[in-house]
Amino acid sequence: MKTAVIVFPGSNCDRDMAVALEKVTGRAPAMVWHRETELPDGIDFIALPGGFSYGDYLRSGAMAARSPILRSVADAAGRGVPVLGVCNGFQVLAEAQLLPGALMRNAGLNFVCRTVALKVENSQSLFTATYDAGETLNIPVAHHDGNYFADAATLDRVEGEGRVAFRYTDAVNGSARDIAGVLNDAGNVLGMMPHPERAIDRAHGGTDGLRLFEAALGVLA
Amino acid sequence: MKVQVYVTLKPGVLDPQGKAIHHALEGLGFGGVSDVRAGRFIELEVADDVSDADLDAMCAKLLANTVIENYRIERA
Repeated sequence: MKTAVIVFPGSNCDRDMAVALEKVTGRAPAMVWHRETELPDGIDFIALPGGFSYGDYLRSGAMAARSPILRSVADAAGRGVPVLGVCNGFQVLAEAQLLPGALMRNAGLNFVCRTVALKVENSQSLFTATYDAGETLNIPVAHHDGNYFADAATLDRVEGEGRVAFRYTDAVNGSARDIAGVLNDAGNVLGMMPHPERAIDRAHGGTDGLRLFEAALGVLA
Repeated sequence: MKVQVYVTLKPGVLDPQGKAIHHALEGLGFGGVSDVRAGRFIELEVADDVSDADLDAMCAKLLANTVIENYRIERA
């Protein structure tokens, strides 16, 4: 089981993500710098961490989505390699059009930093098979641009295809239909604003995020 | 030559920043403003032979996120 964390200038959750991946796989992930053009051979799982890549210049995730390594990430996603984008990673995946929609400034304009309740909408995906459908999870968020937007036709399609992985149980940031996490059409790319890697140890105050990594990495083990 | 690119939110996309600006204008006592939409203005210095198609591609691929934004290009 070989995993990789993509590191951009301004990433700040890359270490937390690495700790989560090592905890589940027993093996430290490859930390791959944004200027690399190739992923290491045989990578089974790719994570795009939270942070403020490129200082959020232009739009959150916009510059990172055009960085050299993203072509390799997109190729790997196309081959079916699981890709998880958390927070800024979700913004990058949306900007790279590997996921539908866009993440806009929070409706209340404030940075939101707290633990939120999430409802598991899809418990069949490779990232969520360890959860029960409808289960409520407590996972931290910390973002300024988490307001998920897509046009109504896209939202209808995404919902109809069961691609909403998680939904906020109350209004957090103005996201369309309270969507907190969304899957691509093949189901191997997940973007989510909440931080599962910040809920993997009892010392974090909760471990609801751990099962996401166990699902995504256990399937491949 | 200078090229000016105006990036604006699509109609129907909520603009919390525009709303906050609107609210602040009202707080300053300016009446008669019914709506505010905030956008982005980008100025490029380009060679004269850069084509309209290239400028359009720059906007579609990077300068605007066409999921939420429209753009308008003006050669100065």
